[in-house]
Amino acid sequence: MPEQKPWDETTGSGAISGAGAGGGMDLAMDEGTTLEKTPGGPEGTGPAGKPRSLWSDAWRDLRRNPVFIISSLVILFLVIISIWPSLIADQDPLDCDLSKAQEGSQPGHPFGFDGQGCDVYTRTVYGARTSVTVGVLSTLGVSLLGGVLGGLAGFFGRGWDAVLSRITDVFFGIPVVLGGLVFLSVVTSSTVWPVIGFIVLLGWPQIARIARGSVITAKQNDYVQAARALGASNSRMMLRHIMPNAIAPVIVVATIALGTYISLEATLSYLGVGLKPPAVSWGIDISAASQYVRNAPHMLLWPAGALAVTVLAFIMLGDAVRDALDPKLR
Amino acid sequence: MGRYVIRRLLQMIPVFFGTTLLIFLMVNVMGDPIAGLCGDRQCDPATAAQLRTEFGLDKPVWQQYLTYMGNIFTGDFGTAFNGQKVTELMATAFPITIRLTIVAIVFEIVIGISLGVVTGLRRGRPVDTVVLILTLVVIAVPTFVTGLLLQLLLGVEWGIIKPSVSSEAPVDELIVPGLVLASVSLAYVTRLTRTSIAENARADYVRTAVAKGLPRRRVVVRHLLRNSLIPVVTFIGTDVGALMGGAIVTERIFNIHGVGYQLYQGILRQNSQTVVGFVTVLVLVFLAANLIVDLLYAVLDPRIRYA
Repeated sequence: MPEQKPWDETTGSGAISGAGAGGGMDLAMDEGTTLEKTPGGPEGTGPAGKPRSLWSDAWRDLRRNPVFIISSLVILFLVIISIWPSLIADQDPLDCDLSKAQEGSQPGHPFGFDGQGCDVYTRTVYGARTSVTVGVLSTLGVSLLGGVLGGLAGFFGRGWDAVLSRITDVFFGIPVVLGGLVFLSVVTSSTVWPVIGFIVLLGWPQIARIARGSVITAKQNDYVQAARALGASNSRMMLRHIMPNAIAPVIVVATIALGTYISLEATLSYLGVGLKPPAVSWGIDISAASQYVRNAPHMLLWPAGALAVTVLAFIMLGDAVRDALDPKLR
Repeated sequence: MGRYVIRRLLQMIPVFFGTTLLIFLMVNVMGDPIAGLCGDRQCDPATAAQLRTEFGLDKPVWQQYLTYMGNIFTGDFGTAFNGQKVTELMATAFPITIRLTIVAIVFEIVIGISLGVVTGLRRGRPVDTVVLILTLVVIAVPTFVTGLLLQLLLGVEWGIIKPSVSSEAPVDELIVPGLVLASVSLAYVTRLTRTSIAENARADYVRTAVAKGLPRRRVVVRHLLRNSLIPVVTFIGTDVGALMGGAIVTERIFNIHGVGYQLYQGILRQNSQTVVGFVTVLVLVFLAANLIVDLLYAVLDPRIRYA
């Protein structure tokens, strides 16, 4: 690979790229930086004269980023309605009346009814719970498993590393949707657990690779060598010195992945192998609506819109966090 | 170069066996391979036992896997649920999916790279911002939603395309499905190209090329683009496998009888031989695509040498 030096030339271009509204929401590597953010610079110290950490620096950036504020508000709203859906929807998502099937908007039923005569608004609100649960729990599982395995492989190197690399290669060779069909088609449970289990099973190698690379970089730092020379144990070096300095990329990738996991759950449910009725899921509703799309497009548009907004919010949040946390961009 | 290829080929072997073993275990241990053979009813115990012996399912799993792999290497992929040879299914399904994938990749290359170059050269301008927001939206909307919406609008409402593709699947009917299949990757290609172009646009060799009076077009295409394409080529190469596997969703929406359709049928009918056979071929395609990408590096960038 030719050397890519995103930070070498940023000082000259900081003003240009920083001015772009898009600079704050770039999924790919982006150098939306200006000089004054350099840690240790004149402004790099807090009021107490203490050097600011990466985290407080990142938080200062995030608070000013409109993308972060908007996506956080959307996510906060989603989390609240997934905990208490009855706050804004007073009906039961499974309370359906076949005689009203496919009817459009009416007073008290702003989004109309679906093919089974269920209220689309209520089902869309309740669907948030499924998506948020799957997204958050899968991300936690993937980050724990991938972070620990990748981190250990990066720390101990040699044989462990080689074995882990081959194992991640194996998992990368399996197309995700395909694996989901094979793996989940035999499951009959209508809970979210099989889907979460599957996402963790196929998702951890991605995080493991990131964690491995990040630990290998952190391991070579002088302070880690110093700790080793002073006789620190492996666990102390890992927990006190390496982990705090290696975890940022993992958090960034995990946040963006959260959005894609929600999308994946909906895709699997659409194919009929993810969640199964009577579970309420946007994927199930979109799949059911696709048969009636000619007569009643509203059944498709509302859950699809909710799904898109949710995924977008998480991806944008991850993007904003990356811009704030990635020290290479400073 | 030759030694590098050999080393890469050797590295592919454990990955190939690991992946196929994983799929084999998923299908055979988690599911019941003979459940689909008696139609919708349960097999009666005597028939089930006889079928198990016939297919060698009473042997340990590792032995089954070895037998299966042995058969594959002699070209015998087994029989599908309707009695057709799996290889026959492949012969009809793969050309269709390959056509669909090629259409998708052409979209990625043509639209993705052009948009990436345009936005990369105009960072921070309105066109850049608009395209960036569009790519985010495309990434956020799952493929099956994009597909259903396009089918609804173009196929049903406006009647520009046929909502479902005929069984021969000629290229002109695959244009919209190909675009749907490509959509998410298209957005990534745009972003990747944009970043890469913007980074290299400040490089010394570009300044030199401009300074010696080359036309802008030549500077961009010959000097800038060629140097910026390496990450993009990597992405597109690894995407080939993902596209062929992900085609299952697109094929379902537009009723295309390709690999995804056959796989879906195989899974519904619990026919393990169809599923494992198709997945094995897909894994091979994925590995081969990765190898080709690595070898392409040297063509694109002569600075890269293989030890």
